[in-house]
Amino acid sequence: MNLLSVITFLPILFALVVWFLPNEKHVRPVSLGLSIVHFFVSIVLLVKFDISSAGLQFVEQTPWVQSAGISYFLGVDGISIWLVILTTFLTPITILGGWTSIQKKTRGFHVSIFVLATTMIGTFLAMDAILFYVFFEASLIPMYFIIGIWGGKNKIYAATKFFIYTMLGSVFMLLSIITLMVLAEGQLGQMSSSLLDFYKLDLNFLPGQFLSTQTLLFFGFALAFAIKVPLFPFHTWLPDAHVQAPTPGSVILAGVMLKMGTYGLLRFCLPLFPEATAEWGWIFLALGVVGIIYGALVAMVQPDMKKLVAYSSVSHMGYVVMGLFTLNAHGLTGSIFQMLSHGISTGALFLLVGMIYERTHSREIKEYGGLAVVAPIFSIFFIIVTLSSIAVPMTNGFVGEYLILMGTFMVNKAYAILAVTGVVLGACYMLWMVKKVFFGPPGKLIKDFQGKNLDLNKTEVMTLLPVVVLIFWMGLFPGHFIKYTKASVDHMINAKQGYYLKIEGRQKKVATIKYKSTRVTR
Amino acid sequence: MNDSFLFAVLLLAPIFGFLFNGLRFKNKNYKLAGAVASVAIGVSFICSVVLVIKLVAMPEASRAIHVHFYNWIEVAGFNANAAFVVDQISAIMILVITGVGLLIHIFSIGYMSHDDRPSKYFAYLNLFIFNMLLLVLGDNLLIMFVGWEGVGLCSYLLIGFWFTDQEKAAAGMKAFIVNRIGDAGFLLGIFFLYVQFSTIEFSSLNTLATDLAASGPLGWSHPLVLACICLFVGACGKSAQIPLYVWLPDAMAGPTPVSALIHAATMVTAGVYMIVRLSFVYMAAPQVMTIIAVVGGLTAFFAATIGMTQWDIKKILAYSTVSQLGYMFLGVGVGAFMPAMFHLMTHAFFKALMFLGSGSVIHAMGEEQDIRKMGALKKAMPITSATFTLGWLAIIGVPGFSGFFSKDEILWFTYASTQGSKWLWVVGVLGAGMTAFYMTRLMCLVFWGKSRVPEGTHPHESPASMTFPLIVLGVLSVVGGWIGIPHVISAILPGHPPNILGHWLEPALATANLITTSAVVEWSLMGISVSVVAISGYFAYTAYIVKTDIPEKCVKAFPRLHGLVLNKYLIDELYFGRIINPLIDISKGLWVYVDVNFVDKLTYIASDFVKSIGRLFGSLQNGNLQQYAMYIAIGVVVMLSFILMG
Repeated sequence: MNLLSVITFLPILFALVVWFLPNEKHVRPVSLGLSIVHFFVSIVLLVKFDISSAGLQFVEQTPWVQSAGISYFLGVDGISIWLVILTTFLTPITILGGWTSIQKKTRGFHVSIFVLATTMIGTFLAMDAILFYVFFEASLIPMYFIIGIWGGKNKIYAATKFFIYTMLGSVFMLLSIITLMVLAEGQLGQMSSSLLDFYKLDLNFLPGQFLSTQTLLFFGFALAFAIKVPLFPFHTWLPDAHVQAPTPGSVILAGVMLKMGTYGLLRFCLPLFPEATAEWGWIFLALGVVGIIYGALVAMVQPDMKKLVAYSSVSHMGYVVMGLFTLNAHGLTGSIFQMLSHGISTGALFLLVGMIYERTHSREIKEYGGLAVVAPIFSIFFIIVTLSSIAVPMTNGFVGEYLILMGTFMVNKAYAILAVTGVVLGACYMLWMVKKVFFGPPGKLIKDFQGKNLDLNKTEVMTLLPVVVLIFWMGLFPGHFIKYTKASVDHMINAKQGYYLKIEGRQKKVATIKYKSTRVTR
Repeated sequence: MNDSFLFAVLLLAPIFGFLFNGLRFKNKNYKLAGAVASVAIGVSFICSVVLVIKLVAMPEASRAIHVHFYNWIEVAGFNANAAFVVDQISAIMILVITGVGLLIHIFSIGYMSHDDRPSKYFAYLNLFIFNMLLLVLGDNLLIMFVGWEGVGLCSYLLIGFWFTDQEKAAAGMKAFIVNRIGDAGFLLGIFFLYVQFSTIEFSSLNTLATDLAASGPLGWSHPLVLACICLFVGACGKSAQIPLYVWLPDAMAGPTPVSALIHAATMVTAGVYMIVRLSFVYMAAPQVMTIIAVVGGLTAFFAATIGMTQWDIKKILAYSTVSQLGYMFLGVGVGAFMPAMFHLMTHAFFKALMFLGSGSVIHAMGEEQDIRKMGALKKAMPITSATFTLGWLAIIGVPGFSGFFSKDEILWFTYASTQGSKWLWVVGVLGAGMTAFYMTRLMCLVFWGKSRVPEGTHPHESPASMTFPLIVLGVLSVVGGWIGIPHVISAILPGHPPNILGHWLEPALATANLITTSAVVEWSLMGISVSVVAISGYFAYTAYIVKTDIPEKCVKAFPRLHGLVLNKYLIDELYFGRIINPLIDISKGLWVYVDVNFVDKLTYIASDFVKSIGRLFGSLQNGNLQQYAMYIAIGVVVMLSFILMG
């Protein structure tokens, strides 16, 4: 069986294992073990990946609905590879994050997590638009359950809002996909939903006019992804979803699911609709900038820790969108890097907030104060992750943010200058929270819990340690990560108008030579 | 020895100390923690000395040792290597950082002996040294920026070291955020330079900028000029210049050795160092240099006025630091890069000395910092008093002491350089007069005169671990200036001592042209500034020792002016009232009115619309999500079959 199918569907198998496990007590450790196995399986992908190629690797293609040209088509390239690894890396951490916080229906919870993992990985690997759509939509279901069953007081409201919002965007995406399939029938003589065929399409574009095929399709996709990211002003589902979601839900939501939006923009909007992107990209650059500043300003006045982190996500994802629409290598590389580092650091922030919430049952910032005295190890981890979140050099946050800002500066100085204020505002809200929660005289909560141990236990330290290692690894040696994305990013920049993807495999040599020759002529 | 190895040890020794103490942060053994931390810096110091010796042995024209560790960030032509260089400029810096740093580490062992968390303290201090070394050794702007942010982080952690005090934690946060404003400017500066020159390496930047400037003057909107402005904003943040100086006085909340190391000797001079590093780039933008000179001059002047009214010993020294940094910026602004580096070095000696001296005093007084409650400490603390006196003579610029040579050199350039102006010279001399006043006032109130020490406090001389660094720094405060004796003075001295520092730095720096180069003018200017200092110092002595009612009378004569200066010109209040609070109000408005009540409400309208359609299929709406999910699946299948049929 193909490696990609294994990585995609292994979690479904695990879900079945967990479902039929005789003793519910074993669910947690078994799930953890299995998810770690999954992570190591995905590492094989990293080892076998050919970094010099911009084409699709480990391709697997079987017809699904032959008459409509829909196929089961998986493939990986430099754009998706790290997102797959991010998912498999965060799954065990998520399971550890729910170790004590998830008390009811543990079996169902872990099944949901595994199903969610499959749908997310499928989204990143699917190279067929319909298959992508199915995975993209299917991921809503387990997430809905995670928020709706294990969430907070307003869980049903938040879950439904999350669901309806994303569904709404998806409708337009589905319409756009169907249109592309019909166009493919006209132009290629055979209906197809393969992305590779979509890239070949010649889409009618009228500059300056909204009502042209390419522009409409572009916005059809972009809306769906903008909601998922979420890009200002489509972000209001996010704070509610995060506040109500249980800790593991927030970690996966912020860590991976938001990236499905930016990944979609990168996989569909940019290469499929190059003229529309060039014409209308400024809207997204601008919305990215607004998101950065707006998210940071609103984060600054949040009384609830989780809401603060949620709005900081809006700000950070604004950077990612901005970087994508710079359409240069610096911006794109920065965005892909930022997707990873945001996944890790914001995931860790939600984890940390969850850990302290479990002890004190409060997320009100003003009720804390002086936590650093009673929980020093917790504080150290929190501050390290904070540094990553506010992009201090030598942590992962800096590299992405720097490259994005530089890329933006190269295309539009005004946007870059505005976005740089985010660097200051980010420090404001995060350090303000750190000051209120950890420093100062003991607050109300700390007094209430006097004499009780509020610091992290061994399991929690083990949960956070890999995150901290990655924070510094990515910050000190970003080259180890960027080298996987380089070929794909360069290809996307160079082949702007006539983007195509080669399938690597038996005819690999020919493909590389061809690829090189195209680069020389350009 | 291999260069890469030397660099690696130089940089990693402090990291080793940081990890050793950081991982056992709860340990209270201050001797072990301090010893490990000091040895780590000692190793770095030895490496620095070896590197400098190697450098001296090299031919003058090519004095630089480059090492390249790995490519840090490498994207599409943009290259930020983990590469380092020690040349004439960074050689001075690493000696100061590791040398003065080592003394301050040793001092800290005694100073922090009563503290609860000495391991954590020394860990942060070592981390600071590491970042500071990155800053000065970096071969390109981005590595410098890494150190730049890193020292800001350590400053934040150390200012808020006693974080259970709300005010101290707030001071740390303030320092970080104000520095971040500067850092944002620094980033934009890097972008401008990269877009212009496609490189961020110092040597290439300096060469390319010189070539560019040769083709004629650059307009205000030229990327290089804008880059210089942006980078100067960064320098203002880090080096506490108007309008971003507000964090430094608050930063005195940290332990006193930290104030000596970070907020006097090393970190705050980073802005000056950066501009000196890019001296050729700045020479291509003379209009920006004028801005720098004016900002520096004004900072030197206004900080000195505030310094005259303060009662907290550390606050006086803090404003004095801001003021002295102003002199350095005045120097680089008029093209006196060498004198600015010279003053940076001598200031590191005498200001570190005085901060440590004040630490010794505070330690002896039982954490008392108000100079009104001191006096006559000369008898109880002879070594502290004697060394402090040397620092005092150096800072006010008594001929022969280190501060005299460096400050005078800056003033001379201010007057004589093509970039300078006579008005700036007047401002500089007035500032020097005020410096003499407030420093003499400090000496009178702390060490001389009558004792006002409250009963129950028994000041005593500090232990040897604290007095030893004082003595070393005291000696350096005197002799430190002798390596840069200007030509006009050495001409009349026996043996004509050469200007060693000037010769050393010359090949690495740009220099401004001097208009007037007459020895008579130089001597008379020197005479004026020394006289102003002498008169002002004598006046302070009279006012605080002989006729102690003079200060009262002066305050009564100008109550409003005095109040304004005492309250630091109400700058903090202005920032809070006009910028920070409005911003918070705007943010609250955005959240409540835009986010919750507008954007979110719109979605309700949209969802109501969807619901009204949904009512048609009311029976399907039963709130059971499993069924919804099924409908999605069915929907997909139906749509697919539709496609198949069509």
